[in-house]
Amino acid sequence: MATVTGRLPAAADKARAAERRRRRRRSAWRRQLVALAFMSPWIIGFCAFYMYPIVSSLYFSLTKYDILTDPVWVGLDNYRFMFTSDGRFWTAVGNTLWVVAIIVPLQVAFGIGTATVLIQVKRGLGFYRTVFFLPTMVPLVAAALGFVFLLNPGGPVNAVLGFLHLPEPLWFRDPAWSKPGLALMSMWMVGQTMIIFLAAMLDVPRHLYEAADLEGAGPIQRFRHVTLPLISPVIFFSVVIGVINGFRYFTEAYVVSKAGDWDNPVGTPQDSLLFYSSHLYNQGFEGFHMGYASALSWVMFVVIMACTLLLIRSSRWWVHYQGGFR
Amino acid sequence: MTAIPAPGAGTAAVGARRRVPPAIRRRRMLMAVANHSLAIALSIMFLVPFAFIVSTALMTNQQMGSLSIWPSPFRWSNFTDLFDFFPFWRYAWNSLLYAGLGTVGVVLSGIPVAYALSRLRWRGRQVSFILLLSTLMIPVQVTIVPLYIIFVRLGWIGSLKPLIVPLFFGDAFTIFLLRQFFMTIPEELSDAARVDGASELQILLRVIVPLAKPAIAAVALFQFLYCWNDFFSPLLYAGNNPEAWTLAISLQQLTQLSRGILANLQMAASILFTLPVIIIFFFAQKVFVEGVTLTGVKG
Repeated sequence: MATVTGRLPAAADKARAAERRRRRRRSAWRRQLVALAFMSPWIIGFCAFYMYPIVSSLYFSLTKYDILTDPVWVGLDNYRFMFTSDGRFWTAVGNTLWVVAIIVPLQVAFGIGTATVLIQVKRGLGFYRTVFFLPTMVPLVAAALGFVFLLNPGGPVNAVLGFLHLPEPLWFRDPAWSKPGLALMSMWMVGQTMIIFLAAMLDVPRHLYEAADLEGAGPIQRFRHVTLPLISPVIFFSVVIGVINGFRYFTEAYVVSKAGDWDNPVGTPQDSLLFYSSHLYNQGFEGFHMGYASALSWVMFVVIMACTLLLIRSSRWWVHYQGGFR
Repeated sequence: MTAIPAPGAGTAAVGARRRVPPAIRRRRMLMAVANHSLAIALSIMFLVPFAFIVSTALMTNQQMGSLSIWPSPFRWSNFTDLFDFFPFWRYAWNSLLYAGLGTVGVVLSGIPVAYALSRLRWRGRQVSFILLLSTLMIPVQVTIVPLYIIFVRLGWIGSLKPLIVPLFFGDAFTIFLLRQFFMTIPEELSDAARVDGASELQILLRVIVPLAKPAIAAVALFQFLYCWNDFFSPLLYAGNNPEAWTLAISLQQLTQLSRGILANLQMAASILFTLPVIIIFFFAQKVFVEGVTLTGVKG
């Protein structure tokens, strides 16, 4: 862009224009540099803690590697083993699906239920909201230990059940009751889900309810035909996040499994609490099968990216309720 | 039937419009009673576990075996015995170190990045933001194997360094939240400073940061609690070295020492671990409730 076309410009004019353009380009360049300087912590962090690990774990996933000796190339063997021969992998997937298919919907339903109760209460809303939200603040480790105590076979919950002549399950000692025990705990910690639904419900325009009243709709119809459709984007959001959290699910299960005896294997009792992340932890950091653990984490990565993509693609749908995502 | 109270914002506009017939008023009254009983029942459900845990923490070993619910006598010394049982203060110090330095790191590195993503115009901004959003969803387990290998090579396993150092290189959640807040600050303020010849760094420090104090406080609070509660990463990186355990890890280890017999001490330790969080919650409740609704992702 050294020449300027147009009517014969005076030499001085031309020089000035070029100077202006150069200055503008230089200032754009400067602005770019300033921005990159501001961005630098994240750029370094992104490369070191996301880019590099994700790419290199793809490589490790194609090797057999125990940290002490060099990785040995095995091609797709890890993935083949995972999908065809690793029984515990499928147990872990099944248990994780249990979280996604049962605990997440239960929590969403309970979140909607508690939010509905809160919204109907005119006086004392602040008090009830605090009480309902309080359990969410308890650190997961402490909450899990608390529930191990509450649900231990001779513990308070079974004492109450016994008093009412109801069956007293062995909870975390019984593979059939261990996951329901965790479900109870996640009901107790419903606070965040509840708050999100509470906000969404407060966003529903009042005139819609008034219109429903004019049509003679009862409370159930009002909920079914006004509230539910309007909060459905938030339900969708919570469910997708729930899937991601299902893959993350680790601390509660780990603490509960090890609470009886430190030497209990991950997933106790009888692998009923072996979730995807527990399996990954067990393979990678108890068995030091780094190659296989990388393969597990890559499968996890693909599923989570698919969920994220789904969320971003659909963001226009739920964005309104989340206060301007983008 | 227009005067039936609509569920919703709960403003008093409906009742004020017209005098309410007694039948409807009675019905509304009944509804309120029903709602309150439901809310009270739920409150009890949410609070009962706390009550059991606190009462257990105050029981003597003998009472633990009985079916009594109320401790008699109250054994407050459980809380002091605890300190003989395991080095509580060392673990508390480690937790504080992790949470404190982690918070400082996340805030220091997050502010300039959020500024560049919200208030500077440059090439690559949109792409960077999308990359940031996608890392928001990635759980630690995805990247853990290569990171573990790096930290083994650096000789950092068994210390708090692998937990703290990465937090000085930006955290997606913090950056996202700060960016959302920075976007709401009027552009005119920055422009005015720019006309006065301020550099971008000066604008950030003198204009944006003072205005964004509430948001910064919120992300600091979230990060502090996240680190305080964190279990997976400390277990992975510091689990093999008791000197570096945080409270969360030591609490889990306490079950090993007691083998479930001394549930009273274990519950007392859990209470000491939880109490700071609950206290913070009561002082900063608004931040949590609004922060959660702002993002809907993580609290």
